[in-house]
Amino acid sequence: MLKRMPPNSNNGKKHNGNGSKNGKKAARVKELPKITVQTDTRDILAHAAKEKRDDYFIVDVDAHVTETAFWSEIIDRMDSDVYRQMARAFKDRGGSPPGLLNATPGFLHQDVFGRIPHQQRLAESVPGGRTHAQVTLVQRAMDSMGIDYMVVFPTPMLVLGMHPQVETEVVIGNAFNKWLTEEILPQDSRIKAMLYLPFNHPEACVKAVEMYADNPGIIGYSVTSTRFRAVNHDSYMPLYSAIQASGKPLGFHSGFHWGDQSMQQCNRFISMHSISFVYYNLIHLTNWIINGLPERFPKLNVLWIESGLAWVPFLMQRLDSEYMMRSSEAPLLKRRPSEYIAEMYFTSQPLERSNLKLTEAAFDAINAKTQLLFASDWPHWDFDLPNSITSLPFLNEQAKRNILGLNAARLFNLDVPKHKLAKAKHAPAGRVPVTA
Amino acid sequence: MGEVSVAKLTDIADGDYRIFAFDNIEVGIFRTGSKVLAYENICPHAGGPVCQGKIFNQVEEVITPEKKSAGLRFGKQRHIVCPWHGYEFDLATGCHPGDPSMRLTPVPVAVRNGQIYISIA
Repeated sequence: MLKRMPPNSNNGKKHNGNGSKNGKKAARVKELPKITVQTDTRDILAHAAKEKRDDYFIVDVDAHVTETAFWSEIIDRMDSDVYRQMARAFKDRGGSPPGLLNATPGFLHQDVFGRIPHQQRLAESVPGGRTHAQVTLVQRAMDSMGIDYMVVFPTPMLVLGMHPQVETEVVIGNAFNKWLTEEILPQDSRIKAMLYLPFNHPEACVKAVEMYADNPGIIGYSVTSTRFRAVNHDSYMPLYSAIQASGKPLGFHSGFHWGDQSMQQCNRFISMHSISFVYYNLIHLTNWIINGLPERFPKLNVLWIESGLAWVPFLMQRLDSEYMMRSSEAPLLKRRPSEYIAEMYFTSQPLERSNLKLTEAAFDAINAKTQLLFASDWPHWDFDLPNSITSLPFLNEQAKRNILGLNAARLFNLDVPKHKLAKAKHAPAGRVPVTA
Repeated sequence: MGEVSVAKLTDIADGDYRIFAFDNIEVGIFRTGSKVLAYENICPHAGGPVCQGKIFNQVEEVITPEKKSAGLRFGKQRHIVCPWHGYEFDLATGCHPGDPSMRLTPVPVAVRNGQIYISIA
């Protein structure tokens, strides 16, 4: 007879299976639930937990909190009583986005219209008490994927750079930073952040860098790339000087915005999303290089986040080609553009891998063994697991370890437990290469 | 382990599905009328729990004789959608609609005397 196992936390169904027909060893069986927005993160990621390896040091350099789920906590931290009142006033209007935020109601296409529940909402049960619900959600994901450190970014605020009111970006950005450093980061030293910079206001960015310079949870500074600001504008030079002096990296986290006139040519979300996440970082990186910012700030480490990798070798060759013909337009450069780009850092997600020859070429172009950082993007719909790296057939064991965590440890000055520094004795469990 | 009885046919509503975990394998069992199909609960993309996802009918785009788009509609083909990343698979064949080589692993299944049996290693 089958031995019935107790249903898990989300499974109310009972199983009536009754055994092996040929009389061999009885099968233990339990019924698994269908996954919904209420499913526990640990159940959603149960398959990932089976693959995790405790001897790997893994830093997830790009994951997300859902700040709008705790928006009242952020509103409470807005500096101005007028803005607090304005933000709270939105609650009284049905269908409004969270107060003052420029998220667009009705434009939430990421979950493929209900097909990917964890992108819709993490509405699972979390225990009350002292641990913040957002901390619990992050911890469940980290533990399931075997992650040592998780660097968290906001979600709807990724488009805040498109807000028409510069001062609103400052108020919201500063309040978010307060919330993160007061409510989330202190509760678990494994959770880190790159401070949100209200980039449309350069002076406010410098103040933010100074304010959080000694915060142990802040391991870098970030710009949400979705905005129309030239990163080479002179007004940003004091900011870059301050960040370079801090010794922490500056990251550009890309995103999308269907309101961008260029993107309005795309009639499907898939089209807009595919291009948009590359588009903004492509422009910013181009301006960064051609205006000689690597020469002006040679010790400033720059990180490009959530654009994948396939665009990088394209841009390297394109800029090299034009630079060799028009070097008078980039007089600060002393080397080819690709040489500067190969010294920058990139996060892996969403890793293009439907053609592994192209993937390998991109890895070679950017010196992935030293410059690439694993990122999951959890809990978003196109997240990658550590197996996106461990399953790559062209990487040796040391390269996998570097990309999964050791490169990030070096960049962010993170402690690595001794037992995770050693080379693995065995190759990772043999899944077929993860393709996409 | 051989052939294992997992449920009565009537334990799964017509059009519905249930997922069972054994020691070494997880299996989704899908019922359409008196017909039953079974697949491993492993997405060929990234290893996600594909059978624990939702079923959606295939989305079709209607094209007029002039080659213009007349909009979208749901077709009859039923897809199981992996809840991790949205990969869709035709329940009848186990194949992704755009790449038949990307397919679910079928599990032998039979219905006898109203009882569903699957064969597992």
